[in-house]
Amino acid sequence: MPGIEVDRLVKEWSGTRAVDQVSFKTGEAEFVALLGPSGCGKSTTLRLIAGLESANSGRIMIAGKDVTESPASKRNLSMVFQSYALFPHMSVAENIVFGLSIRGVAKADQNKRLAAIAKLLSLSHLLDRKPSQLSGGQQQRVALGRALIAETPVCLLDEPLSNLDAQLRSEMRTEIRSLQRRLGLTMLFVTHDQTEAMSMADRIILMRNGKVEQSGEPHELYERPASTFVARFIGTPPMNVVELTSSFQAAEVGQNAPISSSSPVLMGIRPEDIQFSDSGLRAVVESSEYFGADSVTLCQAGDQKLLVRTPGRPKLEAGAAVHLRWAATSAHYFDAESGLRCDPPRKELRLQQA
Amino acid sequence: MKASRNAIYGGLLLLPAAILLWTFTFQPILTTIYHSLFSTPRGRRPAVFIGLDHYETMIADPVFWRAVSNNLVYALTTVPLSMGLALAMALLINAKIRGQALVRMAYFTPTVLPMVAIANIWLFFYAPDYGLIDQLLRPFGLSGNNWLGNPETALPALIVITIWKEAGFFMIFYLAALQQISPSLLEAADLEGASPWQRFRRVVFPLLMPTTLFVSINAVIGAFRLVDHVVAMTKGGPDNATTLLLFYIYQVGFSFWDTGYAAALTVVLLAVLMLIALYQFGYADKRIHYR
Repeated sequence: MPGIEVDRLVKEWSGTRAVDQVSFKTGEAEFVALLGPSGCGKSTTLRLIAGLESANSGRIMIAGKDVTESPASKRNLSMVFQSYALFPHMSVAENIVFGLSIRGVAKADQNKRLAAIAKLLSLSHLLDRKPSQLSGGQQQRVALGRALIAETPVCLLDEPLSNLDAQLRSEMRTEIRSLQRRLGLTMLFVTHDQTEAMSMADRIILMRNGKVEQSGEPHELYERPASTFVARFIGTPPMNVVELTSSFQAAEVGQNAPISSSSPVLMGIRPEDIQFSDSGLRAVVESSEYFGADSVTLCQAGDQKLLVRTPGRPKLEAGAAVHLRWAATSAHYFDAESGLRCDPPRKELRLQQA
Repeated sequence: MKASRNAIYGGLLLLPAAILLWTFTFQPILTTIYHSLFSTPRGRRPAVFIGLDHYETMIADPVFWRAVSNNLVYALTTVPLSMGLALAMALLINAKIRGQALVRMAYFTPTVLPMVAIANIWLFFYAPDYGLIDQLLRPFGLSGNNWLGNPETALPALIVITIWKEAGFFMIFYLAALQQISPSLLEAADLEGASPWQRFRRVVFPLLMPTTLFVSINAVIGAFRLVDHVVAMTKGGPDNATTLLLFYIYQVGFSFWDTGYAAALTVVLLAVLMLIALYQFGYADKRIHYR
């Protein structure tokens, strides 16, 4: 079965663990995003899979074959580098067929495959140019072409869109996604941009400090974050995570999520799940930001801040007194110490809110 | 108004360098060309205009042709060999080996030494019988060679010294260029299944071409310019076997005091060096730079 399987992968550099017991599996023709803040070990994980670094322990399987000890060239995968790594002294065509010519593929076959790839990526008119004569988006497509022409079942992409401007980035997002679908490739895509991961991936593996924090489909990470880290990382603006203090509890909404255990509980609520209303948690509007389709209002409730997302233009002035409400079902609860998701302590009381 | 002001500032800023260049480079060149058209003044006989007489003498001068052919042999051997050695040393040092700093210093040492000091070291190496090379050859019954005294081996002996001295210097340029190559390019080549040789041949070497060009120009110019060891070791002998162009100019000018002829020889040397420079800037430069 084509796909990547990683089992308890560890990579250490002089005592620090960049990758710490990372395990995951990708399905056939799946588009998987390896997401996380910078320094979380996502790029290292990708380089381990590519064979550009060697792991301290753990196994890597590609298409059902153990490749942990194999050199990069024997792993049957292709890769797009963050910097594209195009050879500056070769033309676009030479860059794309580089791997084929190294492997001694017949010239006629090379040209046939080059023509097909060039057409697929609309590079046909640029084949004689040098990489330095191309725009960022075109260079990106050449790098993709060099990866795709190998026709390997697995393709790795290391932050391939980070060097492009916003407009081009969203174009390339769709382009890469549709290519992946059409060619039935397994793609592992490293990114620090959660929007990119959410919009493109079948599945997201969110990493933090070298460990997998949560892995699942985009909606799972969004709707059921496994920890406060995931809750804050996924979604723009991020989820409100507030301490469930006694002042909060005394307010109308707070009493539906009482603290039963001795350890303090955090409550998470998405900005779009909060509504302004006539009753509820008392708060004061601090500021608002307008994004076109919606606006985000920052409210101060007691000593904590909450973001509220409402459709259209902001309607409230700074300093206005408001009340906030939300459905009890849209609240998430996390253990304050570990940050991990926990069940709402007392179910019978939550019913009142809904 | 403002533009002319800028022009004045610009001109003033350029002036010091321009004066130096003119006084010590262009004026002497023009003077040399001028003198090459006059006879050498001797005693009460002043210099007279003789046109291209010196150049005609030159064409008929067997020592001049010997110097030219010596210099060609010298350039065609020292340049490629020292560059090849430099590249090999740079690749070796750039690979992650232990004691890298030590090896780099060792390779660079000959470059730091003055040519005259080097000549002294090698005079001992080449000395017949008690010299280092002869001592090493003695067990094989091959001693008793006068490396510098034999017309057959004198020039090759100087060539070896030059390669030994220059390679470390060129290595520094190659090393700098190698360290400029983005590691992801090499990783991309690895990922595509390139062997170390293919990686060198198809990626590393082409990316080093600008450096190779730069180094080769410097090496060729050096081959026409570096004659300290000839002066210190062989004085052009035996039988002009080690006479290089610049040494011949020195001999004609300051041993024979034939300054007019020396000027004509200098003009020829300058023309050769200028052609090399033109080749660099006009032709090779455009073909090799990728950006």
